[in-house]
Amino acid sequence: MIVTRAEVCAAALSDLFRDDGEIMASPMGLLPTVGARLAKLTHGPDLLITDGESLIMGDVPSLGGQPGVVEGWIPFRTVFDVVANGRRHVVMGATQVDRQGNQNISCIGDYAKPTRQLLGVRGAPGNTVNNKTSYWVPKHSPRVLVDQVDMVSGVGRRRALQAGPAAARFHDVHRVVTNLAVLDFTGPDHTIRLISVHPGVSVGEVRAASGCDVDVDGDVPETRLPTAEELTLVREVLDPRSLRNREVPA
Amino acid sequence: MRDKMMTTDGVVARIEDGMTVGIGGWGSRRKPMALVRALLRSDVTDLTVVSYGGPDVGLLCAAGKVTKLVFAFVSLDSIPLEPLFRSARESASIEVEEWDEGMFQTGLRAAAQRVPFLPMRAGLGSDVMTHNPRLRTVTSPYADAEELLAVPALELDVALVHMNRADKHGNAQYLGPDPYFDDLFCLAAAQRFVSTEQVVDTAALTADAPVQTLLLNRLMVDGVVETPRGAHFTTCAPDYDRDEPFQKAYAAAAADPDAWAAFEQRFLSGDEAAYHEAVKAFHAEQSGASR
Repeated sequence: MIVTRAEVCAAALSDLFRDDGEIMASPMGLLPTVGARLAKLTHGPDLLITDGESLIMGDVPSLGGQPGVVEGWIPFRTVFDVVANGRRHVVMGATQVDRQGNQNISCIGDYAKPTRQLLGVRGAPGNTVNNKTSYWVPKHSPRVLVDQVDMVSGVGRRRALQAGPAAARFHDVHRVVTNLAVLDFTGPDHTIRLISVHPGVSVGEVRAASGCDVDVDGDVPETRLPTAEELTLVREVLDPRSLRNREVPA
Repeated sequence: MRDKMMTTDGVVARIEDGMTVGIGGWGSRRKPMALVRALLRSDVTDLTVVSYGGPDVGLLCAAGKVTKLVFAFVSLDSIPLEPLFRSARESASIEVEEWDEGMFQTGLRAAAQRVPFLPMRAGLGSDVMTHNPRLRTVTSPYADAEELLAVPALELDVALVHMNRADKHGNAQYLGPDPYFDDLFCLAAAQRFVSTEQVVDTAALTADAPVQTLLLNRLMVDGVVETPRGAHFTTCAPDYDRDEPFQKAYAAAAADPDAWAAFEQRFLSGDEAAYHEAVKAFHAEQSGASR
């Protein structure tokens, strides 16, 4: 059975939530949503997942599907309470992520007159100083993995430490999953480090696709393949229309 | 009890140049679009707009009404980026104050509670602080001595919100999935105006809906305007969903100056009734084309 790159990513995204217990999983985007739901169906049954609107879902529907059971109500005001309260792991997208773990979803170029205006910082500043935070990068490239982001929306470890104990106290930037690899920020002085490469990807390819130095400490293992059970869940239950292979082409 | 019924133009007449206007809803969801369209038709200018931004922000920016925008994001939801807001930013035609979305709620809450600030962790360490020199920190007077962000009160001159139902006294109800922050916008403002799908008798508000849907009470509201389909093209569930084909046409036109001029001429050059007529014609054309 041929496992696609998107399916490797789905398992790596699921693994982000390992041992998180009874917290809210807040994935942004398609594959992080598959990953969070896969986690709930396998190693993380206590995770709370939402429909991205205002419902906490009591079962695990496929992408775009409606929940059969609703277990709670979570309008935006309550989401903000959970953010501040801390029992949450958010997986955000990133137009840029830098070597220090800062993320940008606000704008590209000069802040006063950006060359490209994006969404705005949204909840990234608050998420990163309150919640466990990971990032999903569907297209690993030197334009995304950069030396320094243009506008710090999500806060990396060094900036949090510089801002003082109130910013660092609950700060926990966990990992970055990309279409090529899994990385974290346990390199020297909290810089980006390669923790695994997806099957078929070399360390050199990851370095070439990164616009910043990536710390490599010894032999880099391969990202694990999804289990047979995970593949069945992804293919038949969570994403029967194979939307995942459009986000990350095979 | 007072009758607070008004017209959209009556509401706009209460908005003066240079005022700070808070707009309720979220992204492209339950936005007081009829009031926004009335503002577009007026000669009011130099506004500071405070919004969880959607097409309200894009339209007001494109019409040159906005001097300054306080925002955490501007999005059309099903279309992530708002093209008119993008061009306003990329041409540096508006000043911005960019806040974290939780900070934004905290700032409204501070204004609602009439305190100068409320402490928060969100924003610390981010460029939200770098680009906004008016933001200050505050040190906890307790043993922890944590230095937190002092989120300043977001005081509003005017709040504009849209509700599913209201009575003529200003009691108002949402029937959709999320109240958003419309109650806070009203509490943070000196003048509070509610547009609604339908004005009903007070008793009718709770005839088929639980009392918890009554988000606004009359002490939070100065004026009520009946504007059926007044949130169009944003969602106003359960009365109607987002008009996705129309939003798509809006976004496509907004990305190109010539197309935008034609769009404005077709949809925004007349009054609210003319707008809805033009939208009806747009849909007739669409279904004709797909046949």
